[in-house]
Amino acid sequence: MNELIKLSAAELVEKLKSSEISSVEITQAHLDRIEATDGQTLDSADRSAGKDGLNAFLHTSAQQALQVAEEVDRARAAGEELPELAGVPIAIKDLIVTKGQPTTAASRMLEGWMSPYDGTVTQKVRAARMPILGKTNLDEFAMGSSTEHSAFGVTRNPWALDRIPGGSGGGSAVAVSAFQAPLALGTDTGGSIRQPAAVTGSVGVKPTYGSISRYGVIAMASSLDQVGPCTRTVLDAALLHEVVGGYDPKDSTSLNEPVGPYAAQAREGATEGGLKGLRVGIIKELNGDGFQAGVNARFNESIDLLKSAGAEIVEVSLPSVKEALGAYYLIMSSEVSSNLAKYDGVRFGLRKLPEEGPVTIERVMSATRAAGFGDEAKRRIILGTYALSAGYYDAYYGSAQKVRTLIQRDYAAAFEKCDVLVSPTAPTTAYKLGEKTEGDPMAMYLGDIATVPTNLAGVPSISIPAGLADEDGLPVGIQFTAPAHEDARLYRVGAGLEALLNNKWGAPLWAQMPDTESLIRDFDFGGAK
Amino acid sequence: MSEEILSFEEAMEKYDPVLGFEVHVELNTKTKMFDDAPNEFGDTPNTNITPVSLGLPGVLPVVNGKAVESAIKLGLALGCDIAEVSHFARKNYFYPDTPKNFQTSQFDEPIAENGSIDIELEDGTVFTVDIERAHMEEDAGKLNHMGGSTGRIQGAEFSLVDYNRAGVPLIEIVTRPIVGAGERAPELARAYVAAIREIVKNLGISDAKMERGNVRCDANVSLMPKGTTEFGTRTETKNVNSLRSVERAVRYEIQRHAAVLDSGQKIVQETRMWHEDTRETTAGRPKSDADDYRYFPEPDLVPVVTDSEWIERLRAELPEPPAERRRRLKADWGYSDEEFRDVVNAGAMDAIEETVAAGASPAVARKWWMGEIARIAKVREVDLAETGATAQTVVELNQLIEQKKINDKIARQVLEFVIAGEGSPAEIVEKRNLAVVSDDGALTAAIDDALAAMPDVADKIRGGKVQAAGAIVGQVMKATRGQADAGRVRELILEKLGVEG
Amino acid sequence: MSDITRETVAHLAELAHIEMTDAELEALASELGVIVESVASVSNAVSDDIPATSHPIPLKNVFREDVVGETLTAEEALSGAPDEADGKFKVPAILEES
Repeated sequence: MNELIKLSAAELVEKLKSSEISSVEITQAHLDRIEATDGQTLDSADRSAGKDGLNAFLHTSAQQALQVAEEVDRARAAGEELPELAGVPIAIKDLIVTKGQPTTAASRMLEGWMSPYDGTVTQKVRAARMPILGKTNLDEFAMGSSTEHSAFGVTRNPWALDRIPGGSGGGSAVAVSAFQAPLALGTDTGGSIRQPAAVTGSVGVKPTYGSISRYGVIAMASSLDQVGPCTRTVLDAALLHEVVGGYDPKDSTSLNEPVGPYAAQAREGATEGGLKGLRVGIIKELNGDGFQAGVNARFNESIDLLKSAGAEIVEVSLPSVKEALGAYYLIMSSEVSSNLAKYDGVRFGLRKLPEEGPVTIERVMSATRAAGFGDEAKRRIILGTYALSAGYYDAYYGSAQKVRTLIQRDYAAAFEKCDVLVSPTAPTTAYKLGEKTEGDPMAMYLGDIATVPTNLAGVPSISIPAGLADEDGLPVGIQFTAPAHEDARLYRVGAGLEALLNNKWGAPLWAQMPDTESLIRDFDFGGAK
Repeated sequence: MSEEILSFEEAMEKYDPVLGFEVHVELNTKTKMFDDAPNEFGDTPNTNITPVSLGLPGVLPVVNGKAVESAIKLGLALGCDIAEVSHFARKNYFYPDTPKNFQTSQFDEPIAENGSIDIELEDGTVFTVDIERAHMEEDAGKLNHMGGSTGRIQGAEFSLVDYNRAGVPLIEIVTRPIVGAGERAPELARAYVAAIREIVKNLGISDAKMERGNVRCDANVSLMPKGTTEFGTRTETKNVNSLRSVERAVRYEIQRHAAVLDSGQKIVQETRMWHEDTRETTAGRPKSDADDYRYFPEPDLVPVVTDSEWIERLRAELPEPPAERRRRLKADWGYSDEEFRDVVNAGAMDAIEETVAAGASPAVARKWWMGEIARIAKVREVDLAETGATAQTVVELNQLIEQKKINDKIARQVLEFVIAGEGSPAEIVEKRNLAVVSDDGALTAAIDDALAAMPDVADKIRGGKVQAAGAIVGQVMKATRGQADAGRVRELILEKLGVEG
Repeated sequence: MSDITRETVAHLAELAHIEMTDAELEALASELGVIVESVASVSNAVSDDIPATSHPIPLKNVFREDVVGETLTAEEALSGAPDEADGKFKVPAILEES
């Protein structure tokens, strides 16, 4: 294994700038790592691959990535002015459209589809001259919390291969935590960046709604979806946010305000005394009860560290948060039912003819949608159709939108008393693959309890590693939330706690992660799902 | 398989019709409602589209600000209240001409509500039609049904979809139920749609060509037995693509409803399709989702919020309303009711207004536009404006006549040459040497020739039969190829023969 | 108790254009029942005087200039089409043969 891959993006930037290493070397090292650990044959369209590895990638684009890397190296040698992250490779969640590479949303519906256009964040990544390593796995159309709902196989947690990597963005979280990519982009509708970050020991940010353009991000729930960085360090997340953030006239909900300064705030927060005087609000409703003991222990430890660094801890209440999950599932599924209507076998993607009976367009649409969508997608489409249907709208969708108002008011009141809110990111560490896919669908939904309120309110959140739970040795995440538009504050606070924790551990948390290649060698893939 | 219908007269004896209209107006913005694809008619299929108009995965809509202003202007012209806050909503239904399988429209918060317009029928009777709302939405793509015998959806083996029209900005204008039109209902239907067409054209927000689908009417008809006040079950007739069709379709549906009700059966609430060829309606496709569109606020778009400053700025930009304009012009021009109605029906109002503005008298303008130019337009089957004649043409022709440079007959020839693109009337008269021969010397020679050729006529004139001079005048006109001033010729003849005129 | 029956799901599946087997309908009816019961409390948590929030960050009047931008070629537009003819998307008959 090439030790290059353990460097953070910020460290890589330094070495690139000093010409100590080349982008081609960096990119090749990550491609080698993907080949060694992901079960992929690079640039292969064979979907039977990926079974004997992490399966974080649905598609790799090694040649394209190396070509960009070469161009960057040449430009640097010629003394050209380059963007900050030029030459640093990145992985992109396969929910974001990319011209020249497949985009599947991990659905049979889009298998083989090539977008004729680039998403805005894709364009920004290209403009930043970052080699795109490939597209990462997810729950189909980002619906799920375990990446088990991918049509193309599960992604495995590098801390324990029989465990979920979180979801929906398990692929992006695993790509960074297993050193397959220094940076990745994810999307977060109810925790899809943060919960995978928590269970893989990495960093994930859901920015303020509108901070990063959604144009070219396959919509799950439009009023909740947000693109964000998946990284191993808070500073890297800040650097990536600065690349992909900013106003986009193609997204009507995009915020017309300046980007950053995120990296500067992250650097500031990590300095001695960076957290002094910070008022941190512990959310009464998201503390202790129903959370795994090891999660609570690591959470409390972090709170003590914050206190010792001069932060002031206060308790705040978000009384309506108990209705957040219900409101979230109603709003999300309603928007899903409408957003996923376009997948009908007419303009792109799968078309399936009915197995018997007349071939009319209605029946072709219904057969296509039956064959193209997995169970979770169907469940949410049907729930959303129900919530919006005549006679139920007011009770369900209408009420959920009102709960949203109450939650926003709760956040506004809480931020009167503190600068940031804090809670565990997820109630448990990574559970076993298959543990929650059978039977009661609410069992998995309950894992989103701490993450969905911020999507409903549109406020930004970051999850950073808080250590390992004593009972299972698996990563625990801690989540900070700031008022809307105050993303910079999150980077400051996140980097502050990250520095305190790294100092306490003597190294980043990932140093305790088992060797991936040995894990894979010793794992019985045939026995697991 | 025609359905039973009652005679219109019998239907009217037994029932009172209730009408309602949903008129869709396609705006003439440069781009579509929610994306920057060109809003163009009839180009190569599937080229006037962006990923957004095609509803590809990941796309987002952005509202065309010009279209919003057009909608506000139309709302104001219809006397509506403009909403302070108005939202877009998704109307969910599956159909292959609808790229996202939902239409982005407006539901409970339309941009304009509660208006009314006065509709004047040909005999001057005025009906007030109340407008419930006008809202913004997007058009669907175009389906061609293939493999069937008629291009109709029935019997087609497959269909082809062109999404060029998908996303074209529409404003849908919905009336409240119109009660009390009685036997004038078909006529009112036509006049209402004509009025909407005129208003949007006058506002400059639509090309307003019904044959191109710029203005489309869905006509709702129901009947209630005379003396009752409870509305009957209604049908909605679509595919009514001309003013004539609107009138006929409403009339037909009244007659069909009456026959159904008379036979003791119930009207099925459904969409009917109008067929101009057979002049009948047939049951349209059953709308599978018709009862449940699952409207909800469009999460990808933000609200339109108006303030009085914005609305007043747009109000100030409104042109004079067509009805008011007509009243003003009729009074200014001094035409009789009948004359003015003919002018309106001929579509000559704009041309006459311009011609008067350019200096001609209303009578002269009318003479030309309703006379020779109308005749040419009719022969060529084009609109008046499309003949190539302009206000300036008429003004110049009239000046040439008044200056006695040409006479009426020559003027008509000159007009033909103008239309053929030979230049302005003056240029043509000059170039083709068409000016009236007023040189007395030339005329005297021609008169001498004529008198010599017809000595018996000359004698009659000398003998006092002055009216016989006509034959000589005719001969002179012939010799001068009509370019002589006939009055002057006559004077010279009488002078020469020493007779008092 | 929720009112979600097999027939309810069958109707919803028809609205959503998803063909479903009897087994799927049965399974979904019971799953949806559970979900709907657990989310139903939202309607008790709110009252008439609370406004609805449809956008997390309130914005207004986001408009585009009426200027034509870049379009797709017909080839690009049809590149993902399951079936096409004459530069158009080809779809099966809309009505059933009668």
